[in-house]
Amino acid sequence: MPNFIDRRLNPKDKSLGNRQRFLRRARDELKRAINERVRSGKIDTADQDQLIPIPRKGIGEPTFQRAPHSGRREEVLPGNKTFGTGDRIPRPAAGSGKGSDPSSSGDGEDDFQFALSREEVLDLFFEDLELPDLVKLNLKEVVTFRPRRAGFTMSGNPTSISVGRTMFNSFGRRIALRRPKQSEIDAAAAELLKLEGERRPSAATQQRIAALREEIAMLARRRKLIPYIDPLDIRFNRFEPQPVPNANAVMFCLMDVSGSMGEREKDLAKRFFVLLHLFLKRRYAKTDIVFIRHTHEASEVDEDTFFYSTQSGGTVVSTALEEMLRVVRERYPAKEWNIYAAQASDGDNIPNDSERCVSILDKTLMRLCQYYAYVEIIDERESEMFRHADNGTSLWNAYREVSAEWPNFEMTRIAKPSDIYPVFHELFAKAPAPAKRG
Amino acid sequence: MEKRSKTSPLLFTSSDWNFDDLSRAYDAIKEIAVDELRLDFYPNQIEVISSQQMLDAYSSIGMPLMYQHWSFGKHFVHESNLYRKGRMGLAYELVINSNPCITYLMEENTMALQTLVIAHASFGHNHFFKNNYLFQQWTDAGAILAYMEFAKSYIARCEERYGPTAVEAVLDAAHALMPQAVFRYRRRPRLSVEREQARIRERLEHEERTFSDLWRTLPQSAEAGVPREAETDISERQTAIEYPEENLLYFLEKYSPVLKAWQREILRIVRVIAQYFYPQRQTKVMNEGCATFVHYTIMNRLFDKGQISEGTMLEVLQNHSNVVFQPTFDDPRYGGLNPYTLGFNMMRDIQRICTQPTAEDRDWFPDFAGNGDWCGTLLDAWATHRDESFIRQFLSPALIRDMRLFSLQEEASDPYYEVTAIHDERGYERVRSRLADNYDVGVTQPDIQAVDADLKGDRKLRIKHTVHHGTTLVEETRNETLRYIQRLWGHEVSMVGIDGTTDKTLYEVSTKELGEKA
Repeated sequence: MPNFIDRRLNPKDKSLGNRQRFLRRARDELKRAINERVRSGKIDTADQDQLIPIPRKGIGEPTFQRAPHSGRREEVLPGNKTFGTGDRIPRPAAGSGKGSDPSSSGDGEDDFQFALSREEVLDLFFEDLELPDLVKLNLKEVVTFRPRRAGFTMSGNPTSISVGRTMFNSFGRRIALRRPKQSEIDAAAAELLKLEGERRPSAATQQRIAALREEIAMLARRRKLIPYIDPLDIRFNRFEPQPVPNANAVMFCLMDVSGSMGEREKDLAKRFFVLLHLFLKRRYAKTDIVFIRHTHEASEVDEDTFFYSTQSGGTVVSTALEEMLRVVRERYPAKEWNIYAAQASDGDNIPNDSERCVSILDKTLMRLCQYYAYVEIIDERESEMFRHADNGTSLWNAYREVSAEWPNFEMTRIAKPSDIYPVFHELFAKAPAPAKRG
Repeated sequence: MEKRSKTSPLLFTSSDWNFDDLSRAYDAIKEIAVDELRLDFYPNQIEVISSQQMLDAYSSIGMPLMYQHWSFGKHFVHESNLYRKGRMGLAYELVINSNPCITYLMEENTMALQTLVIAHASFGHNHFFKNNYLFQQWTDAGAILAYMEFAKSYIARCEERYGPTAVEAVLDAAHALMPQAVFRYRRRPRLSVEREQARIRERLEHEERTFSDLWRTLPQSAEAGVPREAETDISERQTAIEYPEENLLYFLEKYSPVLKAWQREILRIVRVIAQYFYPQRQTKVMNEGCATFVHYTIMNRLFDKGQISEGTMLEVLQNHSNVVFQPTFDDPRYGGLNPYTLGFNMMRDIQRICTQPTAEDRDWFPDFAGNGDWCGTLLDAWATHRDESFIRQFLSPALIRDMRLFSLQEEASDPYYEVTAIHDERGYERVRSRLADNYDVGVTQPDIQAVDADLKGDRKLRIKHTVHHGTTLVEETRNETLRYIQRLWGHEVSMVGIDGTTDKTLYEVSTKELGEKA
């Protein structure tokens, strides 16, 4: 008799520790891949589970291996069909699989995919944004759910018993199984009583009495066997968790796409937009994104056009603000939507337009917006020069007025990813949900 | 159930398994294994696991206990990806060369499959582990589990003490040298876990007992004695080295001038594990062949005795033929000779030669052709051969014809391959001996040895690679591995490739030229 052991209930994730070690090891590669995804992917998918391909080189396990096609070797193969001794077969072109050495082949060289959870993706994404821990936690937090009725179920807790449905089932079953009613028994008993009351019962009556007794006993037994309510009848109300529909938010991404905005500027801007979007997504059940790009004229575009196509022309910032105002009036009434705006620019503007921007913001837009963030993307070399808030481009100087006036207007200059967070500082420091305006 | 056992001799009827059926089937198999096949095996321990646990076991090279390292995580991810995509099925079982012999069964298997697997692993492999001379000589089945337990906890303790990164650095380097970490000719070092642990405990306790913070405050002059001591230590070591040494990890463990005691211990652990797996690498064909032959014979006997139904037998045969499926060389599924097929075919062939020999067989195998005792012949072959010698001895012309084996020569300088032998009178010998060569680890493993290290001088370690038949190493991984050796050695490491026949130097690299990680 052997020793049988059932190990199925043993803890499963024996290799969890190894997985973590591997993640740490492949961290640099993964981070590069994630940043690449953020650069090339859509804004609203930045925080989903991702399959990341990892090139083998970063995580190789070298050993001394024989070079596959060097020197002389002789291989024995099965299934000869037409070859005779001394036949020569031309060497297949490089790259075709034939003739590979079976002893060293193993896994093949293809990269393999690594599935990262949302949590892990965000960790890597946050890494060089230098967010405080509390904020990271906030962003990772999932929306709350509220239970919602969704039919009935066979199991549940007693408090959620559905009496109506239970009785409905019980009634059906009682009819189907022909459970005797009390009135039937009562009728039989009454008849029996009457017959028994007779002074001199005839043989027929005697028989009838016996039959009645039997019937009553049978009916009673039947009633006992077929219960009024069977555990089978019981139904419970079923609830499904449903995300709480908070409120709706719309996020306006405004960006200058004139020639002066290069790859680097756009990449930084994108990270900035992604972060704002993550924040909004956490707080609102439904978030829309509107992309408005501008040169000397502004237009609403889709995400791809926004980030990847260039347009030539001058720079008139106010056009973007006007376009945004138009979209808000048309589609996003401030009563129903929380409006967030993020503007990225390199600070260029034609003379005299900056004043116009200020007046648009001051008079209308800032009244409608929940929050307005402006980032000016500068060269890393310039960051020294612009250390003080006082000196800057015309747009910067103009916006400082707005900033002084409106507490929900944030502005900053960024030269590298870690500069982005301070813009959101106010936003994240706030208490849970921003007050809804009537 | 009682009804069934009275009226029908069937061991089981349902395709779902349960522990009662398993144990009944086990007993029936054991009866055949002991009485008819005369197998001799370690006591069995059979464990049922889920597919997830099977994947776990896979990634830690099949050991139930393993220390933690990122590469196992990598293999796990890789294998579970393949598995989930459906590109790879899981093995139905996993068996460990230990005493008692542990067999893992997958819970998804049907009862028929479980029976097959028990016959295959718990009797076939188990018998082979216990009786083959390589395993007897090089591994210690009774001690391996306890040793792994020790290794795991030792490395975990090291991680706590010295940090996971430091431990990982040593393990990475040690893993790179694993194929070069076996003694091929010397006796295996006996492992006794108790002794091992006692040795380490003593050393640690001594360190802790004699540690005194005061010593650090002693004036410098007292410390001057230390280097001198170290120097004598080094010269002792220098004289103790025997060249050449093919077990590079052993060499580094003993003579590296920079490693600390715990690092040497880790090298030792990796080396012991490599040594433990060394016989398995040399007996793939025989081991799988033996297990396949055993399950095939046992299942057929069970069927003959009416203990399993026709339906069960069909399922068994279907699985069996999947296992021994051998695509031909021009088939897209071809991935080398299937060791199961080759081993199984050879053993069936031996059985045939013993019972119904042809004139040709009598010619080729005069010592056992027609002796009638196939069981004894096989038991003897299983005990005294490894793949290379087994093929050299037992591959018959009949089987070469059956499998239509041919040998193909590849010369790097030629634009063609040449067929050097096929299944004809002139070719049998050559096919047989080439096939045997291809299973000879002495031929398939590069010949790499440490030949010189000047501990007193510049401490440069010289490694020699003897190149046979012009087969060189893949440069990229060679250089990476050399860097790892340097990490363990602490000083320059150089490697020369010398042609085995002409003694010409083919290449020479040194970690100095390679520089730090590219």
